[in-house]
Amino acid sequence: MSTTSVMGGIVRRKEDPALIQGKGVYVDDKKFHGELSVAFVRSPFAAATIESIDTSAAEALDGVWAVYTSADVSHLGPNPAQVPVGALRPLLAEGVVKHVGEAVAMVVASDRYIAEDAAELVFVDYDPGEAVVDLKEAFTDAVKVHADASNTLLTWNGNAWWAGVIELPDPQPAIQESKLRDDAIVVSLEMTNQRLIPTAIEPRAVIAEWNDGYGSVELWTSSQIPHAVAGAIGITFGIASNKVRVVAPEVGGGFGVKLNVYPDEILVCFASKQLGRPVRWTETRREAAFSSIQGRGWLGTATITGTSEGKILGYELEVMCDMGAYTHNFTVAIPLLGLFVASGQYDIPTSYKLHCVTTNTMTTDAYRGAGRPEAAYYLERIIDVFSRRIGMDPADVRKANFWPPEAFPVQVPIGLTMDSGNYAENLDSLLDRVGYDDLKAKRDAARSEGRLLGIGLSSYVEVCGFGPSVLVGTAFSWASYGLPSAFNGSGVVRVQPDGTCTVTIGTGPSGQGHETTWAQIVSDGLGIPMDNIEVHHGDSLDSPMGVGTFGSRSIAVDGSATFEATGRVREKAAVIAGHLLEAAADDMVFEDGGAHVAGSPDRAVTWAEIALSAYQPHTLPEGVEGGLESSVVFSPPNATWPFGSHMALVEVDPETGDVDLLNYWATDDCGNVINPMIVDGQVHGGIAQGVAQALFEEAIYDSDGNLLTTSMIDYALPSAENLPMFSLDRTVTPTDSNPLGVKGIGEAGTIGSAQTIVNAVVDAVAHLGVEHIEMPLRPKRVWQAIQDARG
Amino acid sequence: MDVQITVNGVDHSSDVEPRTLLVHYLRENLGLTGTHVGCDTGYCGACTVIVDGRSVKSCTMFAVQASGASIRTVEGVADGDELHPVQEGFWECHGLQCGFCTPGMIMSSIALLESNDSPTDEEIRHGIEGNQCRCTGYHNIVKSVQYAGAKMRGETPEVGVTAEVSS
Repeated sequence: MSTTSVMGGIVRRKEDPALIQGKGVYVDDKKFHGELSVAFVRSPFAAATIESIDTSAAEALDGVWAVYTSADVSHLGPNPAQVPVGALRPLLAEGVVKHVGEAVAMVVASDRYIAEDAAELVFVDYDPGEAVVDLKEAFTDAVKVHADASNTLLTWNGNAWWAGVIELPDPQPAIQESKLRDDAIVVSLEMTNQRLIPTAIEPRAVIAEWNDGYGSVELWTSSQIPHAVAGAIGITFGIASNKVRVVAPEVGGGFGVKLNVYPDEILVCFASKQLGRPVRWTETRREAAFSSIQGRGWLGTATITGTSEGKILGYELEVMCDMGAYTHNFTVAIPLLGLFVASGQYDIPTSYKLHCVTTNTMTTDAYRGAGRPEAAYYLERIIDVFSRRIGMDPADVRKANFWPPEAFPVQVPIGLTMDSGNYAENLDSLLDRVGYDDLKAKRDAARSEGRLLGIGLSSYVEVCGFGPSVLVGTAFSWASYGLPSAFNGSGVVRVQPDGTCTVTIGTGPSGQGHETTWAQIVSDGLGIPMDNIEVHHGDSLDSPMGVGTFGSRSIAVDGSATFEATGRVREKAAVIAGHLLEAAADDMVFEDGGAHVAGSPDRAVTWAEIALSAYQPHTLPEGVEGGLESSVVFSPPNATWPFGSHMALVEVDPETGDVDLLNYWATDDCGNVINPMIVDGQVHGGIAQGVAQALFEEAIYDSDGNLLTTSMIDYALPSAENLPMFSLDRTVTPTDSNPLGVKGIGEAGTIGSAQTIVNAVVDAVAHLGVEHIEMPLRPKRVWQAIQDARG
Repeated sequence: MDVQITVNGVDHSSDVEPRTLLVHYLRENLGLTGTHVGCDTGYCGACTVIVDGRSVKSCTMFAVQASGASIRTVEGVADGDELHPVQEGFWECHGLQCGFCTPGMIMSSIALLESNDSPTDEEIRHGIEGNQCRCTGYHNIVKSVQYAGAKMRGETPEVGVTAEVSS
C-alpha cells in the first residue's frame, strides 16, 4: 500500500460545508409535491385489550384524508424485519396493546397540525390488563406479557450459545471447585445496567411516494440501514426489491435507534399507495422515547472467584436482559454481542447465562455498544470490587489476568478468536501518561483534607467489524426475512471521463464522516485530489448492496471493499497510462493527480487523459475493456477486536452527593487510523454517552408501565457544562482481518466509560464503607449511599 | 394572521395560522430548512435563531410573536462565499458530526461571541448549555468557538486541523 499524507492524516471533512450553512438535506427538509402528514394514536396503557376504535369524528374533520387501524393493514402481516424469536410487532395494534406508546391508529391529513388534531378525536375503548415491568417479576412468569408464552424468550449460555456448532466444556465444575480452595476469595454483586433512550438529536422521519404507474415506491427515511428497509417493504407489499427505492439522506445521529425497520416506514408506503399522494411522518421527541427502540436494561449478578494475589480463577455472570414487549431487528442478539466480550481482556474461566426477558415496555435493541457496554460494565465493576477486597491496585489485578500479546490470536471462552491485542502495553501507556502514582498521591492527599476524590479505571474489548459471512450467515442472518444476508461490505470506485472520481458505498454516515474517510482511502490509492472525489451513499437502488452503519463495522468492512476496488482501478489505469506513455504498467506511479513513469516525473499523464482513453475503447491496448471502475464485495475472515483503557478522576461533594468529573483519559486501540481527527471525535462522543449513562440518563417506567422520561427535560442528556475536555491517546495494534488493518472506533468510547466513572465515584467513597452505587449516579443516590454507609 | 418578518435581511409578509410556530414558519413557509426541530420542548436548541440580536429557540415562539422582528438564521450568517468565523471554526475543529444540532449550535455561539468576544472554556460551555449535541461530547465544539473567537478578534487561532487534535 502506498502511503501519502492523505492516509492517516488530519483532513477537514468533506461533509461540513453544507452542514454548517444549513444546506444539508435531512428527511424532514425534503418536500414532495402534494404531500400529506401522519399522526399516530398511541396506547396510554402498557397492557390492555382494545374493545373498540371509533374513528368517525376524526374522519369528519376538514383536511383529514384517512384514518387507518389494524383492520386496514393487518393483511400486510407484521413488520417482517424482526428476529423471529418471541412476539412480532404488528404494524398497528391488533386487539391488544403491549406497551405504552404502541401505535393503535394512523391519521393522514393535509398537514401535521390537522393530523394531530384528528388523532385526538380518535376514540379507543381500552380494557386495561395487568402489566409486568419489573425484570425479576417478569422472570417468574407470574404475569405474562403474551398469553401462552414464557416471558423468557431464550437464555444465552457461554459454552453452548450456537446450538450444534459451539459446544464447549461447561466451565462451572472447575469454577465451583476453585471456590473450595483454601485461598479462594469470592466477591459477588448484583448490579443494574439501566435502560437508556438513544436520543439522536434528529427525530426519525419518513416520507413515501407510491407510483402506481411505475409500480414502484420511494421512501426517504432517517435510517442507518436503507437496504434492509427496502427489503422489508418489498416483502410486505409483495413487490420486487428493485421496485423499492429507499433513500437515507443526511442522518442526524443514529446510535442504533435508526438501525431498525419500523412499522411507520411501512405504513407511510401503505397510505401513499391507498391515497395516491406522498405521505410524511416526523416523530415528535415524546414519540421518540417510546416508539423508537431503547437500549440496555440488564439486571444481574457478577461473581469473581480469585486469590489474594489477584489471580482470577473464575468469572460468572448471570443476567436478565430486558427485551421489551416485541422483538425487533436484533433484540435477542444484543445480549449475545455482550457474551462475545464478556471475559474482556482476560484469560479467565468464565460462565455466562444471559436470559432474554419480555416485559410490557418498548422494545430494546442496539444502542451504541449494544451488549458490549453492559458486559464490560459487569466485568470491570466486579474486578474493582475484587481488587478492593484483596487490597490490590486495580491496575495490577487487571495486568495479572491479561491475555499476553504472544497468545494472539486467542480463542476466547465462547469459542471465537480474537485477532490481535497488546493489553498490558496499552494500559501501561495510559498509566504513564496519566502519571498514575502521582494521581493516587493527589487523591490521598485530598482525602486527608476531607475531600472525596476518586480514580476509576476500566479496560475493555470490543468486537466489531461484522462480519464474517460464516458467522453472520448462521447466527445473525436477516436473510430469512428478506434483508441483506451476510454482513458484507461493498464499494464502487469509478473514475469519471473528466478524471474526477465517484465512490459509491453500501453504508452511509450518521455523523461518522464516511465521505471524508472513504475519499482519503481512494485519494491515497489513486493520487486523485480529495476535492475531486465524491462519495455517495444511502440509496438502496444506486448504492451497491449494503448492510448499513452499525456495530463499528463500516470502515473495517465497507472501507476494505473500497480499498480493494481502488486497487483494481489503479491496476487498470496503470495499463492504460503505460500504453499512453509507452512504458510498462508496472513502472507507473500514481500521485499528484495523474500517473508518471517511475524515476521520470516529466513522463506523465493526468487522470483526465487516462480516463479519456478508458472511455474511448478504440484507444485502449488490445484486450482491455472500456470504462474505469471497479465494484468489490468484501467479506472479512473474522470480526475485529478493538480494545483500550480508560481512566477518570472525579470529586464527590460529601454534602450533596454531586459528582464532578475532573479529568478523563482514554487510550484506545482501533488498529490503523485513517483520519485521527475523526477517530478522536468518535471517541469523544462515545465517552460522553458512557459518562451520561453513569451519571445522568435513565429511562424510567413506573410499575404500571408508564414511561416517565418522555422529554429531554425528564431524560437528562448531558450538556456542555456537565462534561470536561477529554484527554486521548492511542496504541496501534493492527488487525489482519482486513487489508486496511483497521478495527473500528464508533462504540469504543461508550464501551469503556460508564464503569470507569462508577469505579471512580465508588473509589471516592469506598473508605466510608460504600461498595457500590447503581447508575445513574445522581446526587441524591450518591448522597444516600454515603449516609447509609455512615449509618 | 398577517406577519411581517425580516429574515436574513429579506422582508417577508405572510398570512399564517396563529398557532404556527416560528420554526415551522421559517422551514415551511420560507423554505429555510437549515433551522431544525429536535425536541418540541425548547430544550435541545437545534431550532435556535437570532431574533433582534438575541438567541431564541424558534420552537417556543409563534410566528406572529416575531412579527416586526429581524431574524438571522444559519443560512444568513456567511458573507457571500465567505463563511462566518463560527462556521469556519466548526469546520476547522471538527465541531460537528451528524450536523443536525449544528445550525442551532452555530447561532448560539454567534450570539455568545457577539456579547463576549473572549470567552473562557467555561463561559463557552455555559453559553451553549441550551444546545444539545449527541455526537461530539462538546469537546470540539468548545474548540470551535475558541477558534471563532480568535478569528473575530483578528488573532491567529491556536486550535484547528493544523494543530494537534488529541489533547
